[in-house]
Amino acid sequence: MDKVAIIGVGQTRYERGNTKSFAELVYEVTRKALDDAGLELDNIDNVVTTTNDFYDGRTIACMAVAEASGSYGRDATNVEGDGTLSAFYGLMRTLSGVYDATIVTTHCKMSEGNPRKLFNQAFDPIYDRILGMDAISSSALQARAYMDRYGVTEEQCAMVSVKNHANARNNPYAHVALEITIDDVMKSPMLAEPIKRLDISPISDGACAIILATEERARKSAKKPVWVRGVAHCTDAYRLGERDLTYSAALETAAKKAYKMAGIRNPFKQIDVAEVYDAFSYMELMWYEGLGFCDRGKGGKLVESGKTQMGGELPVNPSGGVLSAHPVQVAGLARIAEAVLQLRGEAGGRQVPGAKTALAHGITGICGQTHCVWVLSNEEA
Amino acid sequence: MNEKEGSDRELLEITSGEAEHVYYWHCGHYVSKFLLGLRDKKTILGIKCSRCGRVYVPPREVCGRCFATMNEWVDLGTEGTIYAFTVVKLPYIDPNTGKPIKVPRTDIYVKLEGADTCLMHWLDETDEKKISVGAKVRAVFKEHRRGTIHDIECFTQI
Ligand SMILES: [Zn+2]
Repeated sequence: MDKVAIIGVGQTRYERGNTKSFAELVYEVTRKALDDAGLELDNIDNVVTTTNDFYDGRTIACMAVAEASGSYGRDATNVEGDGTLSAFYGLMRTLSGVYDATIVTTHCKMSEGNPRKLFNQAFDPIYDRILGMDAISSSALQARAYMDRYGVTEEQCAMVSVKNHANARNNPYAHVALEITIDDVMKSPMLAEPIKRLDISPISDGACAIILATEERARKSAKKPVWVRGVAHCTDAYRLGERDLTYSAALETAAKKAYKMAGIRNPFKQIDVAEVYDAFSYMELMWYEGLGFCDRGKGGKLVESGKTQMGGELPVNPSGGVLSAHPVQVAGLARIAEAVLQLRGEAGGRQVPGAKTALAHGITGICGQTHCVWVLSNEEA
Repeated sequence: MNEKEGSDRELLEITSGEAEHVYYWHCGHYVSKFLLGLRDKKTILGIKCSRCGRVYVPPREVCGRCFATMNEWVDLGTEGTIYAFTVVKLPYIDPNTGKPIKVPRTDIYVKLEGADTCLMHWLDETDEKKISVGAKVRAVFKEHRRGTIHDIECFTQI
């Protein structure tokens, strides 16, 4: 693969009930990413937006962010899915040799609708939808299958919540930062057994944008470029009933491909910091395993060891992760933006000192049907 | 007119209103046959991939793993085991009626005997201490059936 770098990032603060329109959120991060890269819109020749018509309550919602994303008068396309997938598409277009600099935007304003109804509507209307499945109940089924198979405990899941909510206190963009104990998580209200109130992410409003550039353009950029060293995505079966819910086959496949491209043989040793899509606390443990940080079933032991907390061998989610801010479709791109800040040494109170190689991970679909894995570095291949 | 000082800084909201947007989904040949099995024979039909041998329930035209058309129907009966369960305690809106649903309610994935995939449905037990992965269950059918997944009232432990 030719060299491509990320040269600019921008995020809003993530919160519930932001009073800007979704286009105003997109404008905010487009401007921030351009300023971060030291570019003007004239330097951008390609735009990839990310929208979901149900979430936005509007058909062909991508058209409504044309001006805000800088699409006016430019080559603009849209992805429906997590922002890591929009970035993947932006990367492919950058590699086509036709474009110099690509801006990728994504937004979430789910507070304007009813998130639980919207998640219910993701299911097959003939079966699971009319039985009332949603993100929480389906994830509870996945958590039950996984925990029962490997003996992972509710306390081990709670440790993820304690760690990430504490990390969020160092992230000015985070929605929910908390100083809590395992006991607090265990005693929080049961939503869908074994998932409790403090095991789940908040649905947040917000937006994120990044700028991808060719090697030539990246060398002229204002900030130190962050190079894309490996990337892959993979999709599992649509219906949960057709998947083995005790591990993520799709994540294992995506991670292996991305690592091969990046020349990573031992991800736990070679990656300095990881930002993963922990929509629920148990998910972070499953994703450790899918990403090869430990063997299948050992995620609980890994969080227990303290190796994934700040100061550990491989800090996971220094930003507080998705548990601390969950703007749907934005959250994966926010993982990439956070990885970029880490690799530039600009992550402030959540900085992992001397980070050279970072991993960012995004998911789309029910219980992580699709996984996208990015390996980024401040060192060239 | 009530004009108070600073009212030009008020932030407004507009609602989408009460209009409904109703869909009519075609079930197709495979799903129709499955639903007719529930309605007319009180049985659960799956479909087998002749290439990899997997039995899918609910049935579908294409095996995703082989990208092959499936034609071999299998009568799976009404019994199986619990693959995963959750007792839902957070009240929410019933998508069928728009009215609040009664909680607690137990969602399960059932692996029917002879099937390789799981069917999602409800269990008539809401005490999680009395439910376990691997427990045997049987489908309970409604008396008046209309050709929907709700023709199965729920599953019950046997
Ligand atoms: Zn097959």
